[in-house]
Parts: sequence; structure tokens; C-alpha cells
Amino acid sequence: MKKKFILKGLDCADCAAKIEHAVNKLDGVKEATVNFMTQKLVIEGEDDKMPAITQEAEKIVKRFEPDTVMKKA
Amino acid sequence: MCKHVKQRLWRIIIGAVFFIAAILIDINAEWLNIALYLISYIIVGGDIVKRAVRNIFRGKVFDENFLMSIATIGAMLIGEYPEGIAVMLFYQVGELFQSYAVDKSRRSIADAMDIRPDYANVKRGDEVIKIDPDEVQIGDIIVIKPGERIPLDGKVIEGNSMVDTSALTGESVPREVEVGHEILSGCINVNGVITAEVTKEYGESTVSKILDLVENASSKKSHSEQFITKFARYYTPIVVILAVLLAIIPPLVVAGATFSDWVYRALTFLVVSCPCALVVSIPLSFFGGIGGASRKGILVKGSNYLEALAETEIIVFDKTGTLTKGVFNVQEVHPEGVSKEELLELTSYAESYSNHPISNSLKQAYGKEIDNGRISDVEEISGHGVIATVDGKKVAAGNIKLMKKLNIPYYEGEVVGTAVHVGIDNQYAGYIVIADEVKEDSARAIKELKEANIKQTVMLTGDAKNVGSKVAKQLGLDKVYSELLPGDKVEKVEELLSQKSKKGKLAFVGDGINDAPVLARADVGIAMGGLGSDAAIEAADIVIMTDEPSKIATAIKISKKTLKIASQNTVFSIGIKIIVLILSAFGIATMWAAIFADVGVTIIAVLNAFRALNVKNL
Repeated sequence: MKKKFILKGLDCADCAAKIEHAVNKLDGVKEATVNFMTQKLVIEGEDDKMPAITQEAEKIVKRFEPDTVMKKA
Repeated sequence: MCKHVKQRLWRIIIGAVFFIAAILIDINAEWLNIALYLISYIIVGGDIVKRAVRNIFRGKVFDENFLMSIATIGAMLIGEYPEGIAVMLFYQVGELFQSYAVDKSRRSIADAMDIRPDYANVKRGDEVIKIDPDEVQIGDIIVIKPGERIPLDGKVIEGNSMVDTSALTGESVPREVEVGHEILSGCINVNGVITAEVTKEYGESTVSKILDLVENASSKKSHSEQFITKFARYYTPIVVILAVLLAIIPPLVVAGATFSDWVYRALTFLVVSCPCALVVSIPLSFFGGIGGASRKGILVKGSNYLEALAETEIIVFDKTGTLTKGVFNVQEVHPEGVSKEELLELTSYAESYSNHPISNSLKQAYGKEIDNGRISDVEEISGHGVIATVDGKKVAAGNIKLMKKLNIPYYEGEVVGTAVHVGIDNQYAGYIVIADEVKEDSARAIKELKEANIKQTVMLTGDAKNVGSKVAKQLGLDKVYSELLPGDKVEKVEELLSQKSKKGKLAFVGDGINDAPVLARADVGIAMGGLGSDAAIEAADIVIMTDEPSKIATAIKISKKTLKIASQNTVFSIGIKIIVLILSAFGIATMWAAIFADVGVTIIAVLNAFRALNVKNL
């Protein structure tokens, strides 16, 4: 399944790339992309692992860009 | 400018005032001098240091805040106060500029795509109420006043007006609509009041489809973007390690080397180590290119497709609906023994009972009302044509099979298109040619593509060979494959795919009807006239909102410009950084050069990226 999130306040392109890299390494993630310009995070992953993935992704976002808020799109 | 940005700007200005004061003040009062420097530093860079400390506790070490803090504090510790503060000051200026630029570009594209309708005026009984377009149902009657945005797709049932479709198609000339016409959501009603019946729910209507496409664009990244993020991932740690080595080894090994000199060089390295300029300017260029394209009515689903388009060598067109209008019209009338008008009139009458597309084209060419009283004894012979009595004359209109059946000798030469042969009272009266019409700008499109260095233009068609060849010759295409079944098209595209060079790409242009598999198979699938077909929007990588094939040439020009800008930025930023790194390792470049390599390069690259948004002359 595919889930979209808005990364509100995403202001650093390098951090966006780092977030993308880290989310891609999470268990159960098929493909994750962070679009810096549209401030969107799209995660494609296994259905049953999605809640865990979402939680982990949120932590990753907080770690790389503490001022960014991850919201469901 | 938002509050946040203003605040940062003020901090920079106040900090700069203290900084200048510190430089100007008398050197004799050293404590005052240093105090002013420190105040300036805290005002300008306090938040960076704070963030650096906070991030270290979160386990994130090599971030920009940390690097900048070390570089600036380090510079001050070895007594280089002005440099340390200048680095922080200019770093902040660069950051501010960058976030302002990114914000501006996000906003300008959001504005260009501001087509979301806010409300719909729905007729309920005698009343007209304003509701959310989401709540309107199929079959509801909506009223659109002048100046309002059409909220949902529908069919006009009352009134006429001019409609501005520029937000959707990039076409500046308003379109006229009247009763019976389809209207598309997202367009603006210019002058008259129109009443329409809703034909699609909001989620299914044109405006939602386009917004969805644009908002989800560029989730697929181009090679340049992938390269740059990968580069940044290795670049920063490598430069930091080099900086550490530079600070420690030479003072121990080289005779006469002072510790503070080499630390200064190492700190210069740290200033250059930020990958910011690179990482922001590449996606910004692509975003600008995609935004610029959408202003021209060309929707690109991802920066990878924009990149592929610039590398296109072969463009394959579907004929009907893409290069031609897909509407059949009477092209030629060749009478024998009767006048042109008479032949057209009698044939139109004879065919008038049929609802075959050919009959419609004839009626359209004839242009007058059909008086049913003049026709009798209509007999349709399937696969042959029709025989009817018109004004007492026995008119037979159909293909050669019908002529043969009736033993009427007919014109046996080559005809380009579909020929309707006509016999009047068993005498041959000539034939009418009906064919698809070439679009006005098709020839120009092919010419412009050639100018844009496209190596091969190919047309695929299911039509007869002579029809295909005529169109191909007329438009100046390199190759044509005719009499293809839908399945053959995929095969032909695969054959062509094997002919292109390894790096080159093949683009297929279709109208989205029946060619979804081909659109998917090509490196870049381009659908034309995206306003009509949902299948096209889904299957294609690039959607051209208008019916003009010349937009493909425009799209290629935009893609080439965008790619050029992206590679300029890549080479320029990496180049400057490496030069400054080498120079500072040898002690030639100062920290001021490093500031330029970081902030100056960011600003130049961002300004360059902004050019991608400008597509006016393409």
C-alpha cells in the first residue's frame, strides 16, 4: 500500500535526502520518496507493517529536521 | 515574506551592525572589540550553535549546524574573529536566501495551479445554494456566473458564454460554449451566465485529476537528483575527515608548520563541506522546469520523465487523433456527368438514414437540412452501402463492392481515404473522398522536433498504406508503418527501441485511446488532449492538455533547458568547491573564499535554477 504524508516546514534539501535514505531502510518499506519541493513523503510498503513504518518514519523526520511536522496527506 | 523570515532578516541586520562596529572600533580597546564580536556572533549564530548541540544529543553529528559551529568557534579561538563571524553571517544570509527562493518557487507553482474551485452554485428547486463541490452529485444542475470558476465537469443546458481555459491548457484565447457543449471544471466562465448539468463527481472531474497529477509529480527522481544526493552523502564526511587530518598531521610532520595556520586551513575545509548549494539547486531546477511546463499546458509526472525527454532520439506518433484530427471530413468530390453540388446533395440524402460516421461527414459537408419527404425506399446493404430513391432517382452510394454488385463501372484509380462511389439510375456519377484531416500545427511540430535534434520521427497507423504514406509525406515524417492492428503497435515500438542508441530514449505520442500498452512500453509516454481521456492521464508520463502536437516540441525545449541548468549547477558548484578546497589546503584560499564557495555558490545556483521556470519564449 501507498501512503502519502506532508512534511510541513521541510526547509533543507540535504535533510530531505537523508530522511528518504533512512525511511527506505526501514523494515517492510518497498519504496519511499521525499520530494523536497512539494514537501511530500510517499511510502510504499507492506500493508501489515504500515503502522510501524509510519511511527518509525515520524521519528526519522524528527531526528533530521526537528522543526518539521509530519502529517497525513 | 512571512514572520519567520523577517525575524531572521532582522537578526542578520542587527548582528551585522555589531560586526561592523567591532571592525571600526579602535584596536587599543581590545576587550570592547572582542565583546562586540561576541555579541554579534551570538545574535547571528546563536540559533545555529543551539541547534548543533541539540542535534548531537539526537545522535546526528555531521549536520550543517555542527560543521558551521565548529568552523566559526574554531576560527575565533585561533583569534580570527572577523572571519569566524563573517562565515556565520554569510551562512545565515545564504540560508535565508535559499529558503526564500524555495518558498517563492513553491508558491509560484501553486499559483499557476490554483484551479481548485471553492464552491458550486447548485439549483435545488427554485433556490440556488452554494455548496462544496465535493457534495454535488451527477445530474445536479449548477449555475456558473461570469468570473466564477467552473466547479465540476458538465454539459451546458442553458445560456452561452466564453470560457477561459488557460489554467488547464495554457491556451489564452477563450473558448465559446453554448447549449449542448461539455464544460470542464477548472476553467473560468468569462461573460455569460451558464446553467449546466453535472456529468462527473468532483473526485472524477478534470480539475481533481489534474491537481492530483501535479501534486504528485516528481515523486520519481531524475538521475541528476539521485547523483547529487549520493554525492552529498559521501562528500561531507570525506571533507570533514580531510579537515581533521589537515589540522593534525602537517604540524607534526612538516618542519616549521604552525598549529594555528593548519587549523585555519582545516576550518576553511569545514566551511566548504556543506553540500547545501548542490542539493537544493538540482531539485529546484527540475521543479521550475515542471512548473514552467504546466504553465504551457504540459503536465510532467516526474523529473525523471523531463530528463528522459531531453534525451529523446526517436518520437513515435500514433496517427489518428494525434497528428490528425480524428474527425472524418469530405475532402474531395469527383462528379461524373452531374455537378459537384448535385452529387453531394444526392449522396447525403441517400445516406441520411444511416448513422455511420461517413453519413455524418456527408451531412456536414452538405450543410443543409435534410427533407425526409424527398427520400423513399431506403435499403441498407451491410458491408456494401445504401440504395435509396431520392427525388424519384435511384441513388446507390457505397464502396466498390456495391458498384460491382450493381454492375456499374467505377473509377479504379488510387484514392487516399475512404471513397464513396455513387451510381444514379445505374449510371456512375462519380465518387466522394472522406478522410481524416491533418491538424494545423502537425507539420510545424515535426519541423521543430527535427530542429531540436530528434533523429527519427515515426508514425504508426491502422489505416491503409496510401493514406498513411500521404500523411507522412505531407508532414515530413521519416518513417511510417501502416495497416497495423493495435497489438502490432507495441511490436513496432519494441523494434524501434532496439534501434536507438544506448543512452537515447524513445517517446510515444498517442491520444490515450487504445494505446495505453504502447504508452507504457515507450521510455516516455505522451498523451495528447488529456482533457478528454482518463485512461490517457493514467497511462502517460507526460500529458499535453491541448490537442496541439507542436507542444511536444515545446516540452522537449523545456526539458533541454532544464537539464542544461541542472548540469550547469552541478558542474559549477562541485567545481568551485573542489578548487577552493585545493587552494585552501595549500594555504592560498582564505576563509573568505570558502564563504564564497558556500554561500555565493548557493545564491548563484539558486538564481540559475529559477531560470527553468521561465518558459515564455519556448
